Amino acid sequence: MSQSEQIFPHGHVLRYTFKERLTHWVAAAAYIYLLMTGLAFWSPWLFWVAVILGGAPVSRMLHPWAGLIFFGAVWNMYVMWAPQMKQTDNDRAWWKAVRYYSTNQDDKMPPAGRYNAGQKFLFWGFFWASAALLLTGLILWFPEYIPWNLRFLRYVAVLIHPAAALFTIGLFMIHLYMGLFAERGAFGSVIRGDVSIAFAKRYHPGWYKEIVGESSPPRK
Amino acid sequence: MSQATLRVQKISGHAGSVPGEDTQRGLTVCKLIDTTTCIGCKACEVACMEWNDLPFGETVFGNTYQTMPETRWNYWNLILFNEHETEDGTLMWLMRKNQCMHCAEPGCLAACPADGAIVQYTNGIVDFQQANCIGCGYCITGCPFDIPKLNPKTKRMFKCTLCTDRVSEGLEPACIKSCPTGCLHFGSKEDMLDLAGKRAKQLRDHSNFPHAGVYDPPGVGGTGVIYVLHDATKPEIYGGLPSDPHVPWTVKMWKGPLKWLGNVAMVGGLIGLFVHYLRYGPKAHEGDDINPGGAKT
Repeated sequence: MSQSEQIFPHGHVLRYTFKERLTHWVAAAAYIYLLMTGLAFWSPWLFWVAVILGGAPVSRMLHPWAGLIFFGAVWNMYVMWAPQMKQTDNDRAWWKAVRYYSTNQDDKMPPAGRYNAGQKFLFWGFFWASAALLLTGLILWFPEYIPWNLRFLRYVAVLIHPAAALFTIGLFMIHLYMGLFAERGAFGSVIRGDVSIAFAKRYHPGWYKEIVGESSPPRK
Repeated sequence: MSQATLRVQKISGHAGSVPGEDTQRGLTVCKLIDTTTCIGCKACEVACMEWNDLPFGETVFGNTYQTMPETRWNYWNLILFNEHETEDGTLMWLMRKNQCMHCAEPGCLAACPADGAIVQYTNGIVDFQQANCIGCGYCITGCPFDIPKLNPKTKRMFKCTLCTDRVSEGLEPACIKSCPTGCLHFGSKEDMLDLAGKRAKQLRDHSNFPHAGVYDPPGVGGTGVIYVLHDATKPEIYGGLPSDPHVPWTVKMWKGPLKWLGNVAMVGGLIGLFVHYLRYGPKAHEGDDINPGGAKT
């Protein structure tokens, strides 16, 4: 996990490589566009969002392409992170103690690795929901080509697509809350790549031990 | 009937009230198609193309009269030819004029997300407004009759308008005007149901069609186009006319409970997270050198 060309302040360690950060922001940009145009199609009360984004026909035209970009980024995340996202016994203990996590009593939590169990849930939730959104989205992209005797595909798609999207919106809200507000330092880490050692020790003690063990002497 | 019939009582994808809802005493209009007197001359198809200035599409020839296999974005009115073998082995040639049914509870309108792309006038006509259409094709999913069709070039949906422009000027639709056998009628829904009922009774009592009846499916609230069928118990034999058409239940779920639950969950989630932050705040401040447990490093 060395990235010698990048300079971090003292007492900081690399958490997200450039490739990880770039993938995250491609996904984020695509997702935000998908969210805004999707919500415009979801509710008449939010139809104006599509109007300010260039008009609803433009939104309808670009939403599927943004979806492909988003899925591409999610797939890249799968390739990069799936091995790190495997559930462990420690994660099961983490879920049992989740009430301490949600009330900021992190000292009572089992030590998390690079990703805690909640982050792993976010990852798999987004991954499977994105797969469902892709499949149903392809149907909704070209509904006129679905033959009449396969119309159940359209019927399934119009229900699964928004349901899966709503699920991701729930994940997205928690993700933003954690990254922007609850865990100070997390947002910077996905921009610049680094976190303080205190951050690593506090939220990802397992991961901290791992990286300290790798590099000797430990980085200051 | 005057242009007042063009007041709107239902609008797709619309926030707020509908301008024309319950503002008019006017009648609901209805087209009656008596399949028992249709001779399949296609005059109605030509009249539709002529009146609506629709560009011609390519026809096919497969040794049948069905030279146009299905309705298209530029072909709104199509006679479906069906050779039907009856139980006693005789052959019946069933011809049904197919077009938008102008449902009282239109699935296309329910599914449409675009404000004002689909409207229902107070006279019952369901009309697409291409200027507001976004080409998403959700109306295809909502329609139980496979009627809305996409223009691939303009990405807008088209279908029969029931000649809204003619009806609003007090004229009957072009197809009705052209029918040489009188199998097409146009008037108020009430009058057409009465006429259809009488014709069906005549067929039952005097023409050896014991199952003759009127097709006005209640699953979509009744339709603005009704049929007299020789055998109303088997509408499928008329080129796949659905016996009990409904707006698909997934569309109803999506536009009903899912929308309700989703909106409550999204707003509730935002409020919940905000209150959580008010109560607990951040887990730690950036730069705080605190270890779990609060000990300083």
